[in-house]
This record gives sequence, structure tokens and C-alpha cells, in this order.
Amino acid sequence: MEHEVHTNGKEEVRIGFYICHCGSNIGGTIDVAAVADYVRTLPGVVVSKDYKYMCSNAGQDMIVEDIEINRLNRIVVAACSPLLHEKTFRSATHKGGINPFFFHMVNIREHGSWVHEDKALATEKAKAVARGAVGRVRFHKALEKRKEPVTQSVLIVGGGIAGIQAAQTLSNAGKKVYLVEREPTIGGHMALFDKTFPTLDCAACILTPKMTDIGSDPNITLWSYAEVVDVKGYVGNFTAQIRHKPRYIKEDLCVGCLDCIDNCVFKQGNTDDEFNQSLSKRKPVYIPFPQAVPKLVVIDPEACTHLNGGKCEQSCATACERDAIDFNQKESFDDIEVGTVIVTTGFKTFDAARKPLYGYGRYDNVYTALEVERLVTSSGPTGGEVVLRDGRRPKTVAIVHCVGSRDHQTNRWCSRVCCMYSLKLAHLIKEHTGAEVFNFYIDMRCAGKGYEEFYERLLEEGNRFVRGRVAEVTDVPVSAEEEGKLVVKVEDSLAGFVRRIPVDMVVLSTGLEPRQDASNVRRMFNISCSSEGFFLERHPKLAPISTTTDGVFIAGCCQGPKDIPDTVAQAGFAAGEAMALLDKGFVEMEPMTSFVNEELCSGCKTCIGLCPFSAITRDDAKEVAVINPVLCKGCGVCVAACPSGAITQNLFEDCEIFAEIEEVLAHA
Amino acid sequence: MGSIQREIRLESDRDPGFADEIRSMPGCEHLDRCIQCATCSGVCPLSVYMDHTPRRIMELTRDGFKDDVLRSNTIWLCASCYECQAECPMEVGVTDVMVALKNKAIASGVAPKDVPTPVLAREFFRMVRETGRVSEGKLVQRLYLKTGPAKFFGMIGLGRDLMRTGRFSLRSERMKRPEDLQRVLDGTPGVGK
Amino acid sequence: MKYAYYPGCSLKASGKAFEESLLAVCSALEIELAELDDWNCCGATAYMAVDETKGAALASRNLALAEQTGLDMAVPCAGCYGVLLKAQAMQRKYPRLADQVSVGLKAGGLTYGGRVRVKHPLEILAMDFGTKAFRSRVKVPLKGLRVACYYGCRLVRPESPFDDSHDPVTMDNLLKSVGARIVDYTLKSKCCGGSLTGTIPEVGQNLCYQLLKEAQRREADVVATACPLCQFNLECYQKDIARKYTDLKPIPVVYFTQLLGASLGLDPVALGFPRLIVPIEPILRERGIMAKAGTEPAKAGV
Repeated sequence: MEHEVHTNGKEEVRIGFYICHCGSNIGGTIDVAAVADYVRTLPGVVVSKDYKYMCSNAGQDMIVEDIEINRLNRIVVAACSPLLHEKTFRSATHKGGINPFFFHMVNIREHGSWVHEDKALATEKAKAVARGAVGRVRFHKALEKRKEPVTQSVLIVGGGIAGIQAAQTLSNAGKKVYLVEREPTIGGHMALFDKTFPTLDCAACILTPKMTDIGSDPNITLWSYAEVVDVKGYVGNFTAQIRHKPRYIKEDLCVGCLDCIDNCVFKQGNTDDEFNQSLSKRKPVYIPFPQAVPKLVVIDPEACTHLNGGKCEQSCATACERDAIDFNQKESFDDIEVGTVIVTTGFKTFDAARKPLYGYGRYDNVYTALEVERLVTSSGPTGGEVVLRDGRRPKTVAIVHCVGSRDHQTNRWCSRVCCMYSLKLAHLIKEHTGAEVFNFYIDMRCAGKGYEEFYERLLEEGNRFVRGRVAEVTDVPVSAEEEGKLVVKVEDSLAGFVRRIPVDMVVLSTGLEPRQDASNVRRMFNISCSSEGFFLERHPKLAPISTTTDGVFIAGCCQGPKDIPDTVAQAGFAAGEAMALLDKGFVEMEPMTSFVNEELCSGCKTCIGLCPFSAITRDDAKEVAVINPVLCKGCGVCVAACPSGAITQNLFEDCEIFAEIEEVLAHA
Repeated sequence: MGSIQREIRLESDRDPGFADEIRSMPGCEHLDRCIQCATCSGVCPLSVYMDHTPRRIMELTRDGFKDDVLRSNTIWLCASCYECQAECPMEVGVTDVMVALKNKAIASGVAPKDVPTPVLAREFFRMVRETGRVSEGKLVQRLYLKTGPAKFFGMIGLGRDLMRTGRFSLRSERMKRPEDLQRVLDGTPGVGK
Repeated sequence: MKYAYYPGCSLKASGKAFEESLLAVCSALEIELAELDDWNCCGATAYMAVDETKGAALASRNLALAEQTGLDMAVPCAGCYGVLLKAQAMQRKYPRLADQVSVGLKAGGLTYGGRVRVKHPLEILAMDFGTKAFRSRVKVPLKGLRVACYYGCRLVRPESPFDDSHDPVTMDNLLKSVGARIVDYTLKSKCCGGSLTGTIPEVGQNLCYQLLKEAQRREADVVATACPLCQFNLECYQKDIARKYTDLKPIPVVYFTQLLGASLGLDPVALGFPRLIVPIEPILRERGIMAKAGTEPAKAGV
């Protein structure tokens, strides 16, 4: 067929159009052959084909070959979402020998076949959007990606097991790491545990050596009792500001001898010990636990008499031979430059008081699982004795699963770890006390290596399992056997009747939820949260530790509830991705940034305040706006806002957009 | 050992449309969300007397075991205290389902004749239409006449106390113009008068 | 302050003392309760059990009447309160049902636009009038009186517009503010059996026994209620219950408005004290809240 010569005013335009069946995903609803036939009639279109799977090698090769044979200089693919395969087809276009930005993609799957039922109308819509794409692509210009070097260091936010694992992996590869932890010590929740399921490994024995290694690793700058307060920049070139809270201890002088603690005027603790879940008291000058890393004491300004303006002989300061105590210490700041960031800020446990029927806070003998973790730990407040607040040893114990989890009134999700940690605690309580232990569960979720076997072991050890979500814990007796006890009211749903079981101790297996300040962290690192507040991964299957911001990775429970093995695996993955960026050495910047036509710009500054990425400044000498292409993310806000029409965005130029609109409307 | 009955349920015992009927009634749309956690049964103050616990009623209803459900004493022991509904972690309208089941049981005539609760409901329904209000004394009278006059005598002491304190009267409490209400009730689609 | 007052059937019969004390308290505080003209029964749970749609129309007739007054609605009976809230919620959520109800109302020459705020006197006194303002009117603080606050079910469930449905506190705070000692009463919103206590006594009375027993165990002097059915079940069946469960001692069960009225120094007869089967005067005298030199309890009017 003779082809009519078509130009865009500068060159002859020769367009190749390809429409994908995506199996039956598109082909089942849209008459793809009809669309291809239609597009073939449009001016400038030299090739128009339909194919089963355009993203396959054969599909891509077809584009490459057609470019060569038919001297194509523009490509349009109508298929799925550009999020999935724009890169694929751009590189095919590039492989064919033309600039990759002479390509345009139309989404006829998510925006077409998947959302329409009327086949004829869906086909017409596909024709319209295809015609729009053909209309706009002729105006596309050749664009080049920019390359920027990557700063060879990584910021890790949060020093729990996820942060520790990622830091170690990166350090092993010789990378420079800044590890920032909010608490006085690293270790996170894992440091609170006695044993780990299902192997009953001593948690401290496997964690504390890692912590010590972190503390002495020359590649790792460990800043505990510190917070990231500001982050700027972009993948490869972030700057972050770290705020160091005053410890009232000169960190370079303190050797962790603990003489100050021994000599504090308070001979007994005077304030709740957070590390022991407030089951014991600590002094105002303290170290969270003996294996803390860094091994530095902290003075709690709330509890310290002197720092509260009271009269105190300051015996701690006198006792310190190295004069390390500094009551005048102020907060300080560090600014650092890093190439990538790994966010490992962890989780918080559900506040059991939010389920009033379980009586937490009302009845002394109702505990959270984390409190019981401390009770079973030999270094805990009772030296590993599982005793009630009145010193008695419980003879019967109820472990209540799913507290705050699988509950539309609180958190809808399954917290994943509670079944297993409940089994672990059941085992440990039984081992420590010989008590009869009841587990009340909705479903036992023991999916993991060795987990089901552990459940079986617990069954054989004589632990009791009652299938039913506990309705209520009460101290109101209805019979003699209930006097002086806590009564668990539950339907034994396998037996089919309601039971009242008197116990001495109730353990609430509270779920995991996002930290309270997760939304601040999210904003600071410009990442997303899913509806429940956990940080959102870029793709649940294929990019589980990436975020919507390039160069910012997430790992561990800040992304969603998970156990230690999964956390460690994710942390390693995140470290690997960070390393890949560092070792590549440069990042490529997408070219669809905006630029200012200085002749049209009046210097009115409208755009400057609107830019969400702080990419625009004003050149006061020339009195015009200047856009930093490195910071510009191509959102287009400035383009729309500019009263003089002085800003243009690559790939979204007026001629391109108007052509697309006109052609779409021309079909309709 | 008493008589042995078939306890297995066959597919032919199910009425698949039944669950749809219930789901279409107010408050019952989340019936299928139930994860059988048994919180409803546990909090229910009356589940200790029920032949099927509320959890089982949810399961039997959504699977269409209409006969088991409508003949159960559970729905007539439900005091509508809404504790199950307030505590349900899946926000299933457990109490609302119970109300829907009561409606179905009465409409299909399978409500037990000797259990006072459905009798009370029917008498109440009738009295409200007649007078627009409920006269407690008259209602109790009618109830005992239908379900067992003997019980009435057990209440003599209570009656005397109520008389003495001026809290009991056989005088009919009624609207000035019950016909105003009757027009509303008769104009609303639903079961008969 | 003025409200469209919907008493409900019980407040005209066994629950007279609730109406008497409520009206006395409100009039002392200059809160006007204007009774709705020719209101009808709310339907209670019994009517809904037969036909939910007609039940909604029945309740909504009262809402429509209240809407004409342009006032918020004061509904003291927790049963009526729950039914009216439910009728509102159902119509908001289910347009089909709302249509059916409006067809019925139209047949009676009425419309309902969904704009009425249904309020329980607890909410009116604690929130609208205000606990602080109330405290300033107190003449006889209920000092030392140990009260178990019993909310029952329908006041706070399935959801409450003014309190926590799992652990309500409004009555606790109100009575605490007039000097009462509130005992820790975890059964505060457990069920009293409702109409079952009358129809299947062996079932309902056991529930009442547990409620009373716990109040006794917590050394409460009195149980305060906010619902005529709760009050009836807990007080009027007490003798029957004590015959079956011999460890139960008599305990007065009153309306919270009766206690509030006493704190305002109102006349015991006006507060409906003579209507109590288990008299409250002895404990009030013992605690020095009522003068010891009182005469015989006054006779109840019929």
C-alpha cells in the first residue's frame, strides 16, 4: 500500500502502532484487530499490528525489526498500565535505534478492558485513546536521561534487629553506615525477649553479640538516643539532619563502669523502668540493661532531682572518676550525606486497655505478653520467676490470642506473630511454674519452618487449647470455684458450649501496629502508608522493600507485622538493594522535568511556593525562576500554575497534550 | 439410650435462598464476614440456656439450615441486649440477624406456641395497633391467659406490691386518636394487621 | 432549654417514679419538657420481632411528631431510646426501608426528614445542662452514699452517641459530682433480661440476681438505673429472687433522677420515693442525707 508522507513540520513522521491482547485480559473485551485496522488508516501510521503478548521477547523484537525495516521513528503501544511495561517498550524502542522517548504508551487494560463490560463501547474507547496517542507522539522530542553520582554511604533509621542486620550486611561489604536509634540502646523489641520461637534459642545469646559488633564496627557510625529530624535530596544524594538528645553524659569519656548509678542518691529506683515494661523501677541515672549498646549511661531529666531544679548532692558526678557527667549538656545536631536510606522503625504493641472487657489496667493479674516476656527472662524484674504482683505463683494461666488483632473495632489485620509467641510463652510459663496453661484462639496460624511442629509439641506437653475468642475477663464470681480468681468467659466453639474458666493470671497476646509517629516518618522520607499505617512497599510481591521514593527502602515490622526470620531476611534484602545502588555508582534521572523559558518568566515566584519538592529558586540577578532538574520530579504543578505560561515540562508540552486531546475528541 | 436420629445434614436439608433473604434485611448484610470466633456466644448473657449458641446460629443461617434455625429456642431467648453486636470483631449485626430470624419465624408460623416470648410479641403487636400504646397490666394478663394461667398466681405478691405503690393498673393506657397511628401502620408495607 | 418529651408507655405505669423524678429535677433546673401530643408506643423489641419494617414506621411516627416541634427529643426510657435510635440508623443506612417508612407516614399525613436529635436525660443533664452547672445547684450532697451505676443495655448499645458503649461513665461522673461514692461495678452494662425476666423468670431472674449480688458484693447502698425495665426487673422481682437465692439481701434500686433530685433537696414524694418497693429512705437517713426525724414514708398517689 502506498504510504502518504506525513510530517510534523520538521521531519517525516513514520509511526508504528502495536496493540496487545494480553491473553484474554484485553482481547476478551476489546476487538484488538479492529483497533489495529482503524489506527492503520490514521495519518503517519506506517505499521499497525496486534499481538498476543507485546511484552514478550517476540513482541519486543517485532518493534525492533519494524523500526529497522520500515524506518519507523515513532512508536505507540496500547497495552497495560505504563507502570508495568513503559520501561520495557522504551528500551525496545531504544534497541531499534531511535530515542526511547519517541515512544508513547496507552493503557487499555486497567483503563479499558478491566473496567468495561460493553465490548463495542470498550473497543471504541480504545480506538479513541489510540488515536490520541498517535496524534501526540508525532510531537515527541528526543530526550536524554541525566546521570548523577551516588554518595557512598547509607542511613539506617531504627536499631532493632532489622536495622542491625542491614547495617552489618552493608558494613561487611565495606559500606559506610549511619545507624540512628531513638532509644538509649539498640536492640529494639528483640532485646526484650527471653527465648525465640520455635527453636527456643536464647534471644540475648543471638542478639547481643550482633549488637556488640555494631558498637565496635569502624564502618558503622552508631548514634543512639538520636532522631532523624530532616531529610532532603533524592536517590543517591540525600542529606539528613540528626538530633542528638542530651544524655547528660560525655559520650567520649563514659566507659560504662556504672559507678554513677551505684552512687545515685536514690538507693532504689524512683521511676518506671520502661525496659521492664514498668514491672520494676529504675534510678534517674541508668542503663537500659546490662548488655546495652552503646554501653553508656543516661540521665532521665524527668526523674533526676538536680535536672528538675531540686537540691541534690550530685553524688553521681562525684563518683565518676572520668568527670563524664555533664548536667549542662544540650541537644546537638549532625548533618550527613548519604546515597540511600533504609527505614527500619519497627512497630508498637497494641494498647490492651482499648479492649476494656479484658480488664487490663483494672485487674492486677491481667498482663500483656510483653510484660510476661520480661517475667520469664532471667535478667528481668523477677529474675525469671513467673509470679503475680502479689508474689504468688500462678497455678492456672489463660493466654488470650488476637487482642486488638482481627478486629474491625481496633486493627483488622492478623499480627502474624501472636500465635507463635503465645505458644512460646505457654511453654515457658509451664516450664517455670508447672501451671496449667490455657490458650484461647480463633485460629492457630503456625505457618513457618518448624512452627506447626512446635504447636504439636505444645499439645503434647499438656497445654490446653480452647477454640474461641475470649469474650470477657471478669472478677465477678458465680460459683465457689471462681471466688478470688479471674474468670475467662468464652465459648468453646469446638465443644459448642460456653465455659467459664477461673484462672490466676491472664496474658493478653496483643497485636502489632504502626508506631504512633509513623505518619511523621512517612512524610519526612516522602514514602507512603497503606490504610492501616504501615509503610507501603512499591510492589507487594516484586518490590517488597522498595518504596515510592527511589533510594528509600523499608524493612521489618514498619512495613507490616512479621517475625524475626522474615525481618532479618527483609533487612538483608534492603541492604542488598542499597548496595546495588551504591556499587552502580550513579543514578539516572528521568527527563520529564520542567524548565523555564526565561524570556516569558516575570519572576513572580508563584511557582516557588507550590513546588512540593523545593526544586525551584529565583535567580535574583536575572529576575527569573530556575528549576533544578535534579530535584524536579515532573509533577507539573508549576506548569499549570505559571501565569505567564513560561514553564514547559518535557513529554507534557502543550503541543503534545493538545494534539492528544484533539485526536481523542475527533474520534468521538 | 433414647431414640437415635440422623444427625448428619445433607445438601437437601438446606434452603439456599434462606441466607439471601436474611442478608437482605436491615443490619444483616455482613453475615458472611463471620469468622466463627465465638465472641457473640461468650458475651451473650443468655447463651447458657440456648440450644444453639449465637455463633452456631450465624453459621447455620448463612449455610441455609432454615429449619434448624427457625425452630431453635435461641432466637426467643435473645433479649436484644446488643452485647454480641457491640463486641463482634467483624461487625456482623448479630442481634439484627436475630431480629430478622424472629420476623421469619413468626411469618412462617414455626415459632413455638408454648414459649412465652413469641406469644408476648404477637400480643404486643396486636395491642399497639388497637390502642397505640401498651398497657402493662393488660399485656401481662393476656400473656398469662395464653401461656399458663397457673403462673399468674405466683405473681400475686408482686401484684400487691405494685398496687400498693401505685405502679399497676388495669386501666387501658391509650392514644387519644389511635386511628392516626393505624393509618401509618396499615400504610406501611409488611405483614398483616 | 426546651425538649420534646417522649415518655413512653412504662413511664405512665410501672415507671411512674422515673417520670415524676425526671420532671421534678428538670423543673428545678428550668429545663422544659413539653410532652409530644398523642405520641404512640415505640414498639420496643417485641414489635420489631414481628415486623421490622412496621416497627420502624411505628417508631418514626414519634420522630416525625418531634421534628414538627423543631426541638431535640428527650427520651428517658432506655428501651424507647434504643428503638428510636435504631429506627433512625436503619433509615439512614437502608434507603429502601426509609422509602417504606415514608409511605406509611404519608398515609398518616406525616413526613420525617431525619433531623431529630434523640437524647437521653443522662446526656441532657450531663452534657447539655452540664455536670459543673448541676453541681452548683446541689443543696444536699449525697456524701458517703455508695452507688452502683447500672446502665443496662439499650442506653449504650449497639452504639452510643454520648458515651463509650463498652464502658460507659456518664452516670458515674454525674452522681460522683453530687457527692456519691461510685462503686466499681463492672456489670454496669450487662443485660437484666429485659422482658424475659417476666416471661421466662427462671432465666431472667438469674441475670438480675447476678447484677444485685455483685452490687451487694461491692457494698453498694443503692443501684442507680436509667431505664424503667431495668428498674422494674431489679427491684420488683427482688423478693422472688431472694427466695431462690437466699444470700441476697434487699437493696434499693432507684432511678438516677431520684438521686439527683435528692441532691437538689427536692421533696421525696415529688421524686416518687413512695413508689419504691425496697425503700431508699433508711439508707439516706443512715448516711445523713435525709433528716432522721422524718415521719412515716408518704403514701403513693395512684
